[in-house]
Amino acid sequence: MSIDTDAGTAETTEFEFDGSAIERKRLYGKVFLGLCIAASMVGIVALIALLVDVLTEAWGWLTWEFLTYPPSQIAEHFDPENYGSLDTGPAGMYPAIVGSIYLIVLTAVFTLFLGVGAAIYLEEYAPDTEMTRFIEANITNLAGVPSIVYGLLGLAMFVRALQTGASLLAGALTLTLLILPIVIVQSQESLRAVPDSMRQASYGAGATKWQTIRDVVLPEAVPGIMTGIILSLSRAIGETAPILMVGAATSMFTPPSLTDPTGAFSAMPMQIFDWARLPDETFQHVAAAGIVVLLTILLLMNAVAIYIRNKYDRRG
Amino acid sequence: MSDETTARHGGLQRRLRSIGFGSGRFATGNLLRANAETTGMDPKASEPETVTTDTERTAGSTSSGGVDMATADAPLGTPRVDDAVIEARDLDVFYGETQALHEINMDIPENGVTALIGPSGCGKSTFLRSINRMNDLIDVARVEGDLYFHGKNVYDEDVDPVALRRKIGMVFQKPNPFPKSIFDNVAYGLRVQGKDDDVEQKVHTALERAALLDEVEDKLDESGLDLSGGQQQRLCIARAIATDPEVILMDEPASALDPVATSKIEDLVEELAEEYTVVIVTHNMQQAARISDKTAVFLTGGHLVEFDDTNKIFENPESDRVEDYITGKFG
Repeated sequence: MSIDTDAGTAETTEFEFDGSAIERKRLYGKVFLGLCIAASMVGIVALIALLVDVLTEAWGWLTWEFLTYPPSQIAEHFDPENYGSLDTGPAGMYPAIVGSIYLIVLTAVFTLFLGVGAAIYLEEYAPDTEMTRFIEANITNLAGVPSIVYGLLGLAMFVRALQTGASLLAGALTLTLLILPIVIVQSQESLRAVPDSMRQASYGAGATKWQTIRDVVLPEAVPGIMTGIILSLSRAIGETAPILMVGAATSMFTPPSLTDPTGAFSAMPMQIFDWARLPDETFQHVAAAGIVVLLTILLLMNAVAIYIRNKYDRRG
Repeated sequence: MSDETTARHGGLQRRLRSIGFGSGRFATGNLLRANAETTGMDPKASEPETVTTDTERTAGSTSSGGVDMATADAPLGTPRVDDAVIEARDLDVFYGETQALHEINMDIPENGVTALIGPSGCGKSTFLRSINRMNDLIDVARVEGDLYFHGKNVYDEDVDPVALRRKIGMVFQKPNPFPKSIFDNVAYGLRVQGKDDDVEQKVHTALERAALLDEVEDKLDESGLDLSGGQQQRLCIARAIATDPEVILMDEPASALDPVATSKIEDLVEELAEEYTVVIVTHNMQQAARISDKTAVFLTGGHLVEFDDTNKIFENPESDRVEDYITGKFG
């Protein structure tokens, strides 16, 4: 070992001031940077291309009437130029919009209680045993299960076994199952991010576990939990496969009754899917208009998530 | 590591033995047992405690210098006191397989400041946290032996740690105010403990006692996190004393602060000691010398080596290792 040190000191007496040996490493760094920029550009360019395409298709078709009238089988009913000459009135996607919003509100309520409850138990109460770790690992795995599988589960469990029928309730419960694993994992992470010194301070002040969780841990974790829930919900609102399996209608001509969640329903993705597969070319524009509505609602939800995060992140 | 520890432990025991013979009275072992018996029969307060000390005094001890108090437990110095609020008896604490504290025997007197000093990892914080059962919050922590608070073993089945912590407040190393307003920070303890009558008055009193009121009077609604580090720590002290506990535990309360803030905290500690029993862990020996009445020296491996009046510890410690530590030869 002493020999190595000697050799080392002998070599370092000569110093290359021009840094030519470092130059090649710098080049690698530049290449790597270029690749990273290219990778991030792919996503952005694809998104912009998609948005531009959809917006040009939908241009002129997206009217106030489109938002407030039920759909029609006839393509001409959607064309704003014909609105005046129709006995039936213009056509739109009103029932699907109401269905989607109602669906997502129900899902939000279920998810809030089940997801946050499970996360609090797992993070704050559950002992650190093999069993707990097994449950946590499986929740993470469930997050990766394809949504169509949840659809089949919802069909078997809610529609058939619990006799809910092809109802809003069944749809909401299925979507809840779908996003629950993500919400639980996200909420757990938010709870874990609450510094332990906060909990210690609370216990040190003579608080019980429940008081600590209610007064200190949850208020700190709320922004993270809410962000997780809203982002999950914005995934759920665009899901087609599960509600397709549960039996949502492709087209409804009346919005679902707000007082009765056991009735039939349609949702925006179903409606768009229905229009997109129709042969008449006019429906491509109608579908594009539907997509714009769906995307707008989705972006609004994300904006709310960001707003909540920023509002509470300023700390107290 | 265990080899090293046992070696040190062995060395310590040798030294203890030699001192035992030196005083020409007793073998340490006997008195340890006698001690265990007395604590066994004094479930209530300090009266039997005095009896014990009296017997020991009649037995006569010459080992302790300044005070005419018997040395009975393993550590050097005078680990027994008359007016003990907290008494540790053969207290072991384990983190999983690692033993963090070895048979700690010491008394903490009522009022005044008791300092716990020693190098990092010597178990002083662990001891502090075992007093109000904060170690319960660590899954792998396990406590053996007894720790009496007013003669009641706090590790008895029927002791609720939350009730205990309402009697024994705590201030932590890093200032940890809640992300709430200054007022709510101080009021937190009052609210969770259900002492929420007259909160406004109590909060003001606590802030005043913590020497913070003048600086924050106009901004009680602002976040506690907007204060400076030293102010935050005084806020945490205010939070701890707002509920009027008997004992305040402080885990290196000034280690994250600059000298000016530190001296404010030190003044505050001395003031609080007039009404409260303060137990303070510190890395800073000058600090211990300045503010404490009693000092306990923990050395590596979780052993309490010497416990005595602060003057005695800093001027004429019995243990050579304590002297080495205090004079900066190691640690």
